[in-house]
This record gives sequence, structure tokens and C-alpha cells, in this order.
Amino acid sequence: MQPTTTLKRTPFYPFHKALGAKLVDFAGFEMPVRYTGDVREHQAVRTGVGLFDVSHMGEFRVEGGGAEAFLDRMVTNDVTALAEGQALYTPVCRPSGGIVDDILVYRCAGHFMLVVNASNVAKDLAWLMEHRGGDVRISDVSDDTALLALQGPRAAAVLAGHVPEAALELEYYRFQVGSLFGIEAIISRTGYTGEDGFELYFHPQHAERVWQGLEAAGRSAHLAPVGLGARDTLRLEMGYMLYGNDIDDSTSPLEAGLGWTVKMAKPDFLGKHALVEEKERGPTRTLVGLEAEGRRVPRHDGAVEHQGTVVGRVTSGTFAPSLERAIAMAYVSRAASALGTSLEVVSGTTRIPVRVVRRPFYTQGSHR
Amino acid sequence: MEFPEDVRYTREHEWARLENGVVTVGITSYATDQLGDVVFVELPQSGRQLEASKPFGVVEAVKTVSDLYAPVSGEVVEVNRALADNPALVNQSPFGEGWMIRIRPGRVEEVQQLLTHAEYARLVEEQHS
Repeated sequence: MQPTTTLKRTPFYPFHKALGAKLVDFAGFEMPVRYTGDVREHQAVRTGVGLFDVSHMGEFRVEGGGAEAFLDRMVTNDVTALAEGQALYTPVCRPSGGIVDDILVYRCAGHFMLVVNASNVAKDLAWLMEHRGGDVRISDVSDDTALLALQGPRAAAVLAGHVPEAALELEYYRFQVGSLFGIEAIISRTGYTGEDGFELYFHPQHAERVWQGLEAAGRSAHLAPVGLGARDTLRLEMGYMLYGNDIDDSTSPLEAGLGWTVKMAKPDFLGKHALVEEKERGPTRTLVGLEAEGRRVPRHDGAVEHQGTVVGRVTSGTFAPSLERAIAMAYVSRAASALGTSLEVVSGTTRIPVRVVRRPFYTQGSHR
Repeated sequence: MEFPEDVRYTREHEWARLENGVVTVGITSYATDQLGDVVFVELPQSGRQLEASKPFGVVEAVKTVSDLYAPVSGEVVEVNRALADNPALVNQSPFGEGWMIRIRPGRVEEVQQLLTHAEYARLVEEQHS
């Protein structure tokens, strides 16, 4: 028997239970991995609209006269260029260049909101506190924040009439605070699927109202609840990072292909020195996309071989429902990383032939 | 969860149905529920000799992969070719059209040593709680 540990539940737990979701432990939360089937849920998001409970994610509020300068030093991307109502994807790096977490920074009126990975809440909070200086206040507001992601080409149609009209016109990575089914919410045009869609932040006391409101508004669009299984296939088809798999404290944003989020021209930020050096030297390995010839799936931690020599390791792998073949990401040595290179992934007693391909794997997404 | 009474079960969630001296083998509805959508099934060729409790194939689902274990020893006499084009049959009809292989067992008694549906239901109950 496993020792009993108390899993946390999101405010939407009763809905998952009632829908018959298969629940799993994810970062200490009892989360739905699937409701009906991974492929069906995946397709609902690609072709219609899906609803994800992602309330396990962590949220921090950062405020004070020194907040902007502090955050700009803590992350690799440019916080000073962020306008109010705009969100930013960025790694947080150690001085070594290793990635503490990959997060979203929202510039709200008079403060910032950070959205962090559920598994990293305690680590990130400690990291920020440790480096805090000047007039900066940081609070963990995760327990006061419910988060739903509404994703798919029909997401805006589902929200129409239930949010301010201007919210439907938001550009990608823009947000506004406004009414959502009559309650106050942050309505953000962001997501982790490659489709158009919104992420909706609000107080957990309104969980029932919003969930039921979206279910009713989404009925004619066949809105489907979507679990973590399809969340992973959707993000992997886009080549998006999953912290703990594709990136962690031992990988740098440059090797992960996140160079576009590292602003070397900034005067200073944690990890800058190491990353400048790495960039000059050229990273020794790089995260590549792999496409399998068949349906055998290269899985996390599988060894990648090139002409009989181990050149890397798989970080994430899945069957890709939209492509109907297996895909993966892996760190491989630069010599083996060129597009089109034929490699093999060792999985138990079988060898899966793969080819290095461009990311994203899926290029038909509806996000703008 | 309910399971058919006319088949026997392994602890690894295969089922075995003895008919006219041939054992049909598949995986249970509990297994498909745990695996999620099956996207590929790797099966042996007809004529291969299998040993009870040893892996004979692989079932690949979207999120996970699992070995298949032979319920009894014997020779593979038929393979479900429909699964090559339509692996989803395993999810749709695990005890029917989603069958995987047929084995001519060396010793038919081996089937009787597998779990009954009641024993299997109890096993699933224990694993599930």
C-alpha cells in the first residue's frame, strides 16, 4: 500500500468527479487526466473548444516601487517593455543559466501577477524572496485564484455575451480585467495548445458559477472538458516546454530553443553572464523535434542514438493525434541536431527510427 | 467494474477465452481504462511459441506503453489483423473485436489456473482503492 498523502483539490473537483474523470496526482493535486479519451479531447480543442481546469498552477502578486526593476533582474525576458494589459512568457534563470522555472508575467494596474508551474510554487517563492531587495512585496495568491483555460477556434464564440466585447478583440498575450458571467476576472488571450483561446483567472468562490456558465454557453459548440492527457499532446504538438521534462535547473534556455526569450541587451539579469558565454561558445546540445516513422512512441528518458552512439535523451514523447504519428523532443549533441538527421530511440528491446524535424510539429493552429 | 464470466484473467490484465481447444487473448476493460486511447499494438507472428507469463507484444497508448503477457504457453495460431488499421477496437470492444491473438495451448489446464472473473474483480478493486 502507498502511504496516504493528502492531495489538494481545485474548486472544480466536484465537476471532475461528476463527469467521471480519471483523476491522478499531479504536483500534489488530484487532477483530471481524462474525461472521455485523450484523442477525442485533443480533437475537440483543435476543431471546436475545450475547457481545462488548470487551477493547480501557482500565482504570485508582486508589487511595490521596486517591483519592475526586481522582476526585470529575475527573468531573462524584458519586463520593462511590457505594457499594462500585456503578458510575457519568460524563463527564470539561476546564475549558472539553468532554468528555475518558466513563467508568465502579467503587468496589471499597479502590480504584477506571475503564473508559475504547480510543481515549482515553493521553489519559486523561495527564490524570489531570497533575491528580493528594495520596495518589493511578494505574496503567494495561488489559493485565492481559480484558473480555467478555454481553448480552441470556437473559444471566443463561447465567451461572446458573457465578457465585455473588448475582451473578444484582445490580441494574443493581451488581457483585461472585466466581467465574466457577472464576476470579476482576468480575461487573458493566452494558452498552451496552439489554438486561439483564453485563460480566465478569478476567485475560487465563483468556481461553480463560471464552470456552469461555460458549460451552458458552450453547449451548442460541443464544449468538451479536457484533461491533462490531451493538454500534454496539444502542447507537445506545438513544441511547448513542460518544466521538469524538457527544461529544468540543469538546462539553459539557449539549448532549449528559448533564445528569443533571453534579452542579452538588458543591463543585468540572473544568468546573464553564463548565458552570454554559452551563446559565444555555442550550446553543446540542443533540444530538437523528433518524428517517428511509425506509431511506436519514443518516451521520456529514452536514449537517442546516432550511428550506434548515444547522442542524447528524450525529454517528452507522445502519439500526436493531429499528425497521427509519434513525436518527441530530445536533447542531442549539436553534430546530430541538423534537420533531417536520422536517429534511433532505444525503448526497452526495440529501436524506434526517428528523424530530426522542425518545431512546432503542428502548424495549423488557430492562435494568432 | 464488471467483467465477463466466460473468460479467465491474468494479474497483468489480460483475458483468455478457451473455445474448441484454442485460447483467444486480449486485455481487459480495466486495462484499457488505465491506458487510455490505444494507438498501436505490436503482436507476434502466427507460428511463434509463447511461454506463459512472458511478454508477447506491446500495447502503445497516447500517454503510456505496456507489455502484453501470455496467459498460457503455446503456439500463436492467429493474430487480429484488424488492429493494425484500427487499434481503437481495443478500447471500443476489449472483450470482443479488440481481441489480440489466438493460442493453441500446450496444456489446456493452464487456462483453469488463471483468475476467475470474481478473483479478477477483487484484484481490480484492491488496485483501484
